Amino acid sequence: MHAIITATDLVKQYPGVRAVDGINLAIPQGICFGLLGPNGAGKTTTIEMLEGIHQPTSGVVLYKGEPLGARYREEVGIQFQHTALQDFLTVRETLKFFERLYAETLPIAEVIELCSLTDILDRDTRKLSGGQRQRLLLGLALINDPDLIFLDEPTTGLDPQARRNFWDLVKLVKSRNKTIVLTTHYMEEAYALCDEIAIMDKGRIVSQGTPQQLLTEHFGDVVLQIPGDDAGGKLMQMDIGAVPAGELFEIKTNRLHDTLQQLMDNGINLDRLRIRAWTLEDLFINVTGKEHKL
Amino acid sequence: MKKFLAVLHARNMEFLRDRSALVWNLAMPFMLVFGLAFTFSGGNKDIYKIGVVGSNERLTQAAPKLPTTQHLQFIPYDDLDTAINKVKHHQMDMLIDVSSAPKYWVNTSSPNGYLLERIIWGAGADKFERQAVEGAEIRYVDWFLPGILGMNMMFACLFGVGFVIVRYRKNGFLKRLKATPLGAFQFLFAQLISRLLLVVIITAIVYVGCDFFIDFNMQGSYGTLLLVTTLGAMSLISIGLLVAAHTASEELAGGMLNIVTWPMMLLSGAWFSLEGAQPWVQNIAEIFPLTHMISATRSIMNEGATLAQVMPDVWVLSLTSAVFLAIGAFVFKWE
Repeated sequence: MHAIITATDLVKQYPGVRAVDGINLAIPQGICFGLLGPNGAGKTTTIEMLEGIHQPTSGVVLYKGEPLGARYREEVGIQFQHTALQDFLTVRETLKFFERLYAETLPIAEVIELCSLTDILDRDTRKLSGGQRQRLLLGLALINDPDLIFLDEPTTGLDPQARRNFWDLVKLVKSRNKTIVLTTHYMEEAYALCDEIAIMDKGRIVSQGTPQQLLTEHFGDVVLQIPGDDAGGKLMQMDIGAVPAGELFEIKTNRLHDTLQQLMDNGINLDRLRIRAWTLEDLFINVTGKEHKL
Repeated sequence: MKKFLAVLHARNMEFLRDRSALVWNLAMPFMLVFGLAFTFSGGNKDIYKIGVVGSNERLTQAAPKLPTTQHLQFIPYDDLDTAINKVKHHQMDMLIDVSSAPKYWVNTSSPNGYLLERIIWGAGADKFERQAVEGAEIRYVDWFLPGILGMNMMFACLFGVGFVIVRYRKNGFLKRLKATPLGAFQFLFAQLISRLLLVVIITAIVYVGCDFFIDFNMQGSYGTLLLVTTLGAMSLISIGLLVAAHTASEELAGGMLNIVTWPMMLLSGAWFSLEGAQPWVQNIAEIFPLTHMISATRSIMNEGATLAQVMPDVWVLSLTSAVFLAIGAFVFKWE
């Protein structure tokens, strides 16, 4: 698959801080690419250089093999993390305002339907809820029918229902063969939406691949969870690596059969045993060495 | 109360840490006080204004005691017709021409002119040839109107456009626009035109509304008046755009707008005529677009000046608009 956008040796140096330190990316057409990382990792700086909002200190960004220029502005859609809109305009007027800034656009009716804006068309944009506002901002990012869409933490601050509704929208957009570059704090969001992710820390990409690839690569073992009241004190006496985790005991193992045999041999009740899958949250902590906090 | 104090403290800290705004806010009042003290340090004790065509030496030769007579202000003029017009409209009490055989012009309906005539006779000018002129006094309101409307336009143009752009930049709206194909010049020009329409329409409404009750003196063409007003507003808006081109701090923008508006307010002739002021004060006033707009609109309304006669002002307003807008677009920052 051809890369729609590439970044080569991308560096952003601020006085005393190297926010982005030599990033290389090649994002294929039609995928959802997730950029994850703790606060201050350089995600937003990176994405804003890819968007052409900020110039890199050094390095090159190419869109369809060409440097970012006037064509890029026409063909890219951007939803910033923080955006104000013109005061005293309705949703419909705001859509029309942005529509007029582009040479070629989707019909407004299509954007309205795609982003479920019908019910709020005549509402003042200052009176929208968080979810409605994000849907409008996505609509504005889509109004020029872009090939490449940047979504910078689009669901931060939304309630779980609004977040899931937004995910459905993003999946719908992706189904139109659009390329999406997404930054997010939510690991489940990255897992639900992204075909490929890159985890950043201290201005560098520390891990990159499909979510499943990365989980397999970083976690060869599995986690067994056994309720504490079932295991009693036996687990702690065994040389099996059991660790208390709330009301459970967790045992990490890469030799599942042997471990289960050992537990049965010691008369541990396995009726309520669970095998926990590793998540991106675990991966995040593993590769960045930080607990993930919103 | 606790919340109020917390917010108050946070706001104070924010203000104190914005060094550039702090400096502007401190420096501005000082500059204003010193500027005013310096500008008007000579006092304004003269009672009568006399225009003089010809050198001071010729005046002294013709009437030796006259230049030393107290409470008379002598204002040099190069153009005899302009000076005679001033006497006609009671904007000057007398005109003396000593460039050839000494003559003086006095308005027969001016009480000041009557008294001044007696004073100069006693100061050795009794042999000067008397020229009587007639003309109705221009009411103060007719003189004052272009100034007050011009000043109102200045605030609407500068603060109206300046603060809005700073707010857009601060809340990220400009950044969102940067992500579109919109160019800086397009954005700024759209702001200029939007504000221009608003200001010109409001000024026209105010003019027409007041004219209904006061019946302003209007000697010239409304078309020329509209042209000068529009160009003046464009020039002032362009200054606002230039001021707001770079900063994201409302405090700094406010300080910068104040430093632009206050000298214009004081020295552009909006409140009082600068005739007789120090030459350097008059030279500074010439820099301001507001001076040219007020001067041209006064000439059109009170003296019936034609477009050709106010063309120098039209050029200044056009050029300053173009230059300020071009610089504003060049240094404009979306973020």
